[in-house]
Amino acid sequence: MRAADRDSAGLGTARAIAFVAPALLLIGLFLVFPALWTLYIGITDYQLTGPSAAAPSVVGLENFTTALADPLFTNSLWLTALFVLGSAVIGQNALGFALAWLLRRARLGPRRTVEGVVLLAWILPGPVVAYLWFAVLSRDGGTLGLLLGQPGTAWLVEYPMVSLIVFNTWRGTAFSMLLYTSALAAVPPSHLETARLAGASGRQTVRDVVLPHIRGHVLTNTLLISLWTANDFTPFLLTAGGPNHRSEVLPVLIYRQALESGQLGYASAMSLLLLVGNLVVALVYLRLLRRRS
Amino acid sequence: MTPGWVVRRIGFYVLIAVVLAFFAVPMLWLAGAPFDARPGFGLRLPEWTLSNVHATFRHPFAVRSLVNSLVLCLVATAVTTAFAALAAYSLSRVRIPGRDVLLYALLLLSSVVTGTAAMVPIFVLMLQLGLVDSRFGTALVIAGGMLPAAIFILKDFVDSVPRSYEESARVFGASPRQVLGHVVLPIARPGVATILVWSFVNAWGNFLLPFLLLRDVGKQPAAVLVRTLQDEGGSANLTVIPVFSLLYSIPVVVLYLVVNKRYGFRFHGGIKS
Repeated sequence: MRAADRDSAGLGTARAIAFVAPALLLIGLFLVFPALWTLYIGITDYQLTGPSAAAPSVVGLENFTTALADPLFTNSLWLTALFVLGSAVIGQNALGFALAWLLRRARLGPRRTVEGVVLLAWILPGPVVAYLWFAVLSRDGGTLGLLLGQPGTAWLVEYPMVSLIVFNTWRGTAFSMLLYTSALAAVPPSHLETARLAGASGRQTVRDVVLPHIRGHVLTNTLLISLWTANDFTPFLLTAGGPNHRSEVLPVLIYRQALESGQLGYASAMSLLLLVGNLVVALVYLRLLRRRS
Repeated sequence: MTPGWVVRRIGFYVLIAVVLAFFAVPMLWLAGAPFDARPGFGLRLPEWTLSNVHATFRHPFAVRSLVNSLVLCLVATAVTTAFAALAAYSLSRVRIPGRDVLLYALLLLSSVVTGTAAMVPIFVLMLQLGLVDSRFGTALVIAGGMLPAAIFILKDFVDSVPRSYEESARVFGASPRQVLGHVVLPIARPGVATILVWSFVNAWGNFLLPFLLLRDVGKQPAAVLVRTLQDEGGSANLTVIPVFSLLYSIPVVVLYLVVNKRYGFRFHGGIKS
């Protein structure tokens, strides 16, 4: 009975391993191994071309100290923080919640329409979305310029970070909306009824009744979308980091250092710093998950 | 119907209208520009023509890149779904010591080691394996990145398949492979469908990995070619780009409609990396 409990499908150890092996092989080859290899490349002077391409030498922590003193790197760190804060923590999060809250009692028609359009923005491929916003923000008759009566403004050049933040908010809001819609459905109606009878305003209800109830969802959502945003490479498609590094978020900087400048070691050191940041966020997320369950 | 109520209703609809405009207006370009005789970046009613469509189909790389996308995504999706199904079944049914640790480690990995954070070693690895410019190799890299999340989601579905079904199948002499193929997977079909659609959409929109690993224009998928179209001659090729963007969007939009109709749009947990 014990053995049956441990292996209720009668797979047998050998077959069980055989079933897991293909997946583990790919994960090991393309996730675990690269992660470990970054550790090594990051402490070398490895370059794409030239003498240190053939025989890279270990330089210790030099890449890390260089990065932390490099104004381009610190610039990217700040821009990434701004990007995450503006488009994920505030943009997607707040707009997603607002939509879920506003639409919770709307009639089915309007509700389906809004949800459908927001979801479509999420499902469209990133490179296409970059083009859509290229068109909206263009100086040559772009929609925003026409709407605001300033057709000659090159928004992407003059306000690159604002453009990126709006772009990413547009792309990602659907996930937060979906998550908050199901979270709100789980708030006991009696709580809301009590708040209404006590004469609470909408804002008070949200602040004192709803948010405390769905705090776990808020934290999970914020951490997840922050992680995705910090690692998002699509800003490369919209502004390519320009003009003059003014929208060069970390993933874009890493790409340019590695593939355009050929500094593989230096770029790996930066990748590692991004990995560590990801790890911290993910560990916080896992802790929250465990506490909730 | 107090005045306050009326004002709030009006405020509500104005707000909804603004939000709707914010999300819908950028998409309108995709509806008009492909069929406009003089396509630009602005929104306007198109001077109806199909010449852009003809131009796109005559473009040396446009159709080929869509085929590349299809091959890349089908391989990545098939590998992800098949490997994830095998692994999820095994992990669901056999209590290997340390299984929970393994699953948590997988979840952690998939969110921490992103394509962006690991792009240098992935590029170097593929370079040294001689797999740069290999569509099959790129598909495997994409599958490797999607597998942990896929296993995680699918295991949830497999966990909910009653074991008594499998036991009866075994009593009738079914092999484990037959149990998986004829009993477990058909019951976990919504989960398999979720993984299929999710991995296809993810692979279809993936830009970084193909951009990194497929340098030959003839092998690039649509995600990468869109950018090449823009670079051609320094300015955007507005005859081809709108039609091409539309063609490139259609498969995921169709999938979205199918999923929405059949299952409602309730993707589970941490999706879309």
